[in-house]
Amino acid sequence: MEFLIASAVGMMTMAGIYLVLRGHTFPVVLGLALLSYAVNVFLFAMGRLAIGQQPVIDAAATGYTDPLPQALVLTAIVISFGMTAVIVVMALRAYLESERDTVDLGEEEPPGGGAQQ
Amino acid sequence: MNALVVAPVVVPLLTLLIGIVLRPRHGYVKVVSVIGAGLLVLTGGILVVLAGDDVPLAAQLGGWQAPYGISVVIDRLSAAMVAITGVIGLATVVYGLVREGNPDVLRNFHLFVHGLLAGVCGAFITADVFNLYVWFEVLLIGSFALIALGGGRRRLAGTMTYLVLNLLATLVFLLSAGLIYSATGTLNMGELGLIFRSGEAPPAATLAVAMMLLSFAIKAALFPVFGWLPASYHVAWTPVSALFAGLLTKVGVYALIRLVTLMWPEYGAVHEILLWVACATMLVGVLGAAAQNEVRRILSFHIVSQVGYMILGLALASPLAIAGAVFYLIHHIIVKANLFFVGGLAARLTGSERLAAMGGLYARTPWLAILFAVPALSLAGIPPLSGFWAKLVLVKASLAGGFWWAAGVALLTGIFTLLSMSKIWNETFLKAHPGGEAAIRPLLGVRCAWGTIGVLALMTVVIGLGAGPVMEYAIAAAGQLADPQLHFRAITHPEGT
Repeated sequence: MEFLIASAVGMMTMAGIYLVLRGHTFPVVLGLALLSYAVNVFLFAMGRLAIGQQPVIDAAATGYTDPLPQALVLTAIVISFGMTAVIVVMALRAYLESERDTVDLGEEEPPGGGAQQ
Repeated sequence: MNALVVAPVVVPLLTLLIGIVLRPRHGYVKVVSVIGAGLLVLTGGILVVLAGDDVPLAAQLGGWQAPYGISVVIDRLSAAMVAITGVIGLATVVYGLVREGNPDVLRNFHLFVHGLLAGVCGAFITADVFNLYVWFEVLLIGSFALIALGGGRRRLAGTMTYLVLNLLATLVFLLSAGLIYSATGTLNMGELGLIFRSGEAPPAATLAVAMMLLSFAIKAALFPVFGWLPASYHVAWTPVSALFAGLLTKVGVYALIRLVTLMWPEYGAVHEILLWVACATMLVGVLGAAAQNEVRRILSFHIVSQVGYMILGLALASPLAIAGAVFYLIHHIIVKANLFFVGGLAARLTGSERLAAMGGLYARTPWLAILFAVPALSLAGIPPLSGFWAKLVLVKASLAGGFWWAAGVALLTGIFTLLSMSKIWNETFLKAHPGGEAAIRPLLGVRCAWGTIGVLALMTVVIGLGAGPVMEYAIAAAGQLADPQLHFRAITHPEGT
């Protein structure tokens, strides 16, 4: 099981890094999402992997698994989901305003020298 | 007492909530925003007074005992940072009271600023590594919204750079927090400090902390991972970029100071690396600034080089040097935010941000020139302004530690900073405007901006002239930082202190 989880984290990180290095926003967004999944699974595994064990104290339990990483990963999942939503909106806005889908939109001087104060 | 300890987070969050409720009424939102920022300054002031005691203020959130629950600890450094965050927050919202522009954008600006302030204050008061991650995310979401505020192609290009690189840094941080928990079984900073000082930290924990330092280095824009900062700060609206310039990188610096002083009290391998990084950061930042020809781009590169000074203080590891780093932090936040405010106002008056297309401001508004000169000279370290004392202490500490070359780099960077500032001075204020006198826009509706700039400049002068008490405070704060036992005891025995 450790091997499976470890390779899953590795695969997701690999795909994530590849996608983040692409030039277009859509792959970059997907890559960031994949990277955050990888980190979340990794975080979950940091409490050691156990099957069928309870995180909450119970009289009938034969053993326990560490509840803290589960709580941490829950927080991290919520946050990374919110972040993904924010990036998607930003990427869409950038695409709609510039008619281009590249991450580096270039630094053309707008008229007026960028004094948008 | 507990209510006061969490007030730095609660005040901006409440302001944000009330602001959201009042959203349809723009005028009310502005009033609430200014009052909320004022209350944050007040909270910071009260905390600074209370933190004058040697034992830090502490609280356990949710009633869970330390080290299992989330702890909040406010020592002198945290209290000072909260107070200064309040000051910059207030300055930003007051500067943002301008009448021009889309009213919806102006209102949203106030809401997002308070969201950001909640994240920044949370990061300053937490004593839990995972909680620090959560606050980083809170301030990141606020900053994403703020930097893109108003839209426009150039701005969104900067936003994407800022967004992707900061998110990556945060993911590295989260990864290292997981590793730290797995290796040591705790996420409490005080307990981590004790584990590391006992010399029994497992290798995996050292690796995890190294990764965490890397993520803070990205946030603090240290060499060689500073690239995102000059690529993004200059695109935002003036008060937004001033807020970022003042506060955001300093959250990374604060986190570095907090962790490194807790874990490694003596000069060692970590400090050696930090020392080289600090010198490279100072030099690369200031040389990068020399190649720029837009006001806020020059200033952005100077943020990088100035962060180098603070890390230099941290790397030298002597009590005097850390006190110098704390003093530098306080001085720099005010000065840098003010320079961005002045730069923005100058660009607004001359109609451009490119040095070649600016000019003539000294003849038109000598006061603005003077208000630029105060923070600019302070940044370069001219006596008797605040920057002089900050640099003096750091140079003295470098020489005392035998690092004469680090002192040399610090002085050289100061000279280049002065050169850069005089470049802005010549091009923006002294030379005639290329479009003639008529091209300079009239000074209308910017009274709030003048107030902001004036008060911040006054603070620079006051810190410079009254450097004694501030330095004493910084030395006391450094003393507290050197003793994690104090930090940990405040959490585990909140009653018995």
